[in-house]
Amino acid sequence: MNLTLKIWRQSGPKDKGAMKTYPIQGVEADMSFLEMMDMLNEQLVGKGEEPVVFDHDCREGICGSCSMYINGEAHGPGRGITTCQLHMRSFNDGDTIYIEPWRAKAFPVIKDLMVDRSSFDRVIAAGGYVSVNTSGNTLDANAIPIPKEDADKAFDAATCIGCGACVATCKNSSAMLFVSAKVSQLALLPQGQVEAADRVLNMVHQMDLEGFGSCTNTGACEVECPKGISLENIARMNREFLTAAVSAD
Amino acid sequence: MKLDARIPEGPIENKWTKHKAEIRLVNPANKRHIDVIVVGTGLAGASAAASMAEMGYNVKAFCFQDSPRRAHSIAAQGGINAAKNYQNDGDSTYRLFYDTIKGGDYRSREANVYRLAEVSASIIDQCVAQGVPFAREYGGLLDNRSFGGVQVSRTFYAKGQTGQQLLLGAYSALERQIAKGKVKMYARHEMLELVVVEGKARGIIARNLITGELERHSAHAVLLCSGGYGNVFFLSTNAMGSNVTAAWRAHKKGALFANPCFTQIHPTCIPVSGELQSKLTLMSESLRNDGRIWVPAKKEDAEAIRQGKLKPTQLTEEQRDYYLERRYPSFGNLVPRDVASRAAKERCDAGLGVNATGEAVYLDFSAAIERYGKTEANIRGLHSASKEEILKLGKDIVEAKYGNLFQMYEKITDDNPYETPMRIYPAVHYTMGGLWVDYNLMTTIPGCFALGEANFSDHGANRLGASALMQGLADGYFVAPYTVGDYLADEILTGTISTDTDAFVQAEKEAQDRIDHLLNNKGSKTVDHFHKRLGKIMWNECGMERSVEGLTKAIADIQALREEFYKEVRVPGKAETVNPELEKALRVADFIELGELMCRDALERNESCGGHFRAEYQTPEGEALRDDENFTFVSAWEYNGDPSSAKLHKEDLNYQFVEVKTRSYK
Ligand SMILES: Cc1cc2nc3c(=O)[nH]c(=O)nc-3n(C[C@H](O)[C@H](O)[C@H](O)COP(=O)(O)OP(=O)(O)OC[C@H]3O[C@@H](n4cnc5c(N)ncnc54)[C@H](O)[C@@H]3O)c2cc1C
Ligand code: SF4
Ligand code: FES
Repeated sequence: MNLTLKIWRQSGPKDKGAMKTYPIQGVEADMSFLEMMDMLNEQLVGKGEEPVVFDHDCREGICGSCSMYINGEAHGPGRGITTCQLHMRSFNDGDTIYIEPWRAKAFPVIKDLMVDRSSFDRVIAAGGYVSVNTSGNTLDANAIPIPKEDADKAFDAATCIGCGACVATCKNSSAMLFVSAKVSQLALLPQGQVEAADRVLNMVHQMDLEGFGSCTNTGACEVECPKGISLENIARMNREFLTAAVSAD
Repeated sequence: MKLDARIPEGPIENKWTKHKAEIRLVNPANKRHIDVIVVGTGLAGASAAASMAEMGYNVKAFCFQDSPRRAHSIAAQGGINAAKNYQNDGDSTYRLFYDTIKGGDYRSREANVYRLAEVSASIIDQCVAQGVPFAREYGGLLDNRSFGGVQVSRTFYAKGQTGQQLLLGAYSALERQIAKGKVKMYARHEMLELVVVEGKARGIIARNLITGELERHSAHAVLLCSGGYGNVFFLSTNAMGSNVTAAWRAHKKGALFANPCFTQIHPTCIPVSGELQSKLTLMSESLRNDGRIWVPAKKEDAEAIRQGKLKPTQLTEEQRDYYLERRYPSFGNLVPRDVASRAAKERCDAGLGVNATGEAVYLDFSAAIERYGKTEANIRGLHSASKEEILKLGKDIVEAKYGNLFQMYEKITDDNPYETPMRIYPAVHYTMGGLWVDYNLMTTIPGCFALGEANFSDHGANRLGASALMQGLADGYFVAPYTVGDYLADEILTGTISTDTDAFVQAEKEAQDRIDHLLNNKGSKTVDHFHKRLGKIMWNECGMERSVEGLTKAIADIQALREEFYKEVRVPGKAETVNPELEKALRVADFIELGELMCRDALERNESCGGHFRAEYQTPEGEALRDDENFTFVSAWEYNGDPSSAKLHKEDLNYQFVEVKTRSYK
């Protein structure tokens, strides 16, 4: 199929950036979206032009790198997928496709479609862990049975890939879904209980410092989250936060 | 050079305990004055960096992704082994050790493997303490599954996302140390040179991938945790950025490279679909617990299927050849990877492949769906359940076990694996070879260590499933923190290492020259063009089957390709900015050199063992023919100005605790 790509090009953080048009021919339905981008880049390099810069690595929906805003949607059309899992069979011959970076104050653009998501790492560093040293001198793994239901819920929350689609989708650029996923995972497990109050306060504090917006419960994040992280996690975090804030007073 | 693995004396089950007791320690006040560089933040690197920081060293960690959480380990699916014997099925440290040695076709070092098995149980304890949500049974205890090449159930898992959960656990331990200021994290940085001062590893040259600046970083020890080199084949299941540069640069500075030709081709991957494909997707080995592998028994049926005239579901049991169950009745579909891969190739070469390219076999879940459905119906007391009801129940169980893998398969192929068998084919997956290390995980350059997939030590000629995650975390959490300390005990008086010395200046210049050459080259072909050609040579001649003629030709072809690369490659853009083409070019340049060494290694090894199958050495039934008399050694290559003049050293493997036998899974 033949397509017209409108792609955000920005040479660096200080550049204003603009959409540029690239026609592309011979795209096959079985190609992934990123393979289509590879094809474009091969052509650009062939002409001595600079290829479009974008983050990617695993190409199977798990590393969370491939942040692209496609036709007004994080990771493009289709639910439960990342950009690297999007296939060109979702498009038709003659389509025009708009491709932009994540846009949020806490995710500044580095170049073209590549953004800086280190704010997420700093939120985790603020408390997204259990404070246990790696000595191996811990309890036997089966010493504390954990109800399967809790373990499964913790697992579901833990599958967040840190892609930032939730932030990019939210009109307030809120990171609540991301933060609540980690808070929930640890809140649901006995190992995470001891520090639960500090954890939620510190992580939320860091989230605010990074310039993420507030949550107004639009639920858009859940719809676009490639891993199906549920809004229940936000509710759980709000409860954790309230309890922690009250007892901290 | 005499290779000394420095294996502690004594009975195998006491070696590690004794060694740990005798190892020198560095006191806490001194640790504060010692710097450690960790290159890579996958399972090996993140766990090592966190542990070394907890102990009190100043750690600098590097990764080329934008966050340590995105290292390639994140993609591991199926599980992690540990000799916990929770299932009470006769597992033990010795059995895990034995299975690993046997699985590796008797080409790994006993002492290292035993230690791996010994610390395996602590890994699970540690991860659970960190909040890693492993799968559990209804009683609240941890669940296990089986992997290939073993007859016990010792694999811990978190659905099909085990690597993700383990890495996020290690990453959170790492972030905790970053928050404390004990680790300084350099994301989006790529190591381009190792700096060696007076024979000791003293630092690295890293390129800041955002500004393009070359930076000098010094330390008292450098830990390379940079992963495997499967991407030398272009198409593999590895993440796009996985590369050999860190290890290769250390090799060029004097670290021996061990068993480079030992590559694992994983039997169950989604087949190649077209020329523009950029990577291959694994379908976890855990699927072989329940999936049955087959091809049509008759060529005509395979032909009809390839032409779309026949569907696999239309073939009766008699018209199918469950070739693994037929050839290896005792292990069946759970034979080790090398055996399963070769068997698939053998059937496809015989004209029985089932997709348009003729390179695919079926992985079929219909029997499992029916079996689970019946059990579930019984559990629920539905004794008169209809066939549809049973299948529905069975599908739910299969979905709970493998849902995300099935979904991944469907997204890529547009086929529904609950209704029709998956089509799979072997693909490059893992590299057992890597930097040679001694018992302390130190390379032949003092102060330079290698952990995880980047070293060679534990998997011999074939790795068992779910053992790479185990090894990465064993090395990082429980081995290196002790053994590196033994080396650092001599460094307490060294003081901060200056980066203004000749060695740093020279190493930086070497990196700069490579970059300048690539950017100023007025070639006409892209980096990928060369990478794909290299991949084809490697896959055809140094893949699942190797021969003297093929390898000899491959070496000549790679040498010519290298020359052409430096003349014809085109790298646009500048050095002082984000430049992914430049990053790729630097990596591919190293892959081309490595490729040649892999072929030389394969050519030298006149036997078939594990993943290394030489056409000349096979039994009449097509099984691998090992030559223990002449090849029970580790090949360790010393760089000598060029891959073609690399010098071979041999570390003899003396099996004292396991009897070396012909590996049989029949
Ligand atoms: C699809 C897939 C599924 C798998 N499933 C399983 C499984 O179920 N069980 C199992 O046991 N094993 C599995 N494996 C194998 C296992 O995942 C890997 O062997 C293991 O994760 C490697 O970990 P590592 O820490 O050694 O390296 P990696 O995770 O590859 O990490 C390498 C690190 O080094 C960094 N790096 C590399 N080069 C440089 C450089 N020059 N400068 C700076 N940084 C650099 C990278 O940024 C990264 O942080 C799987 C592998 C694949 C491909
Ligand atoms: S919550 Fe979902 S959308 Fe947000 S970072 Fe995690 S996986 Fe991505
Ligand atoms: S590239 Fe890893 S999630 Fe898309």
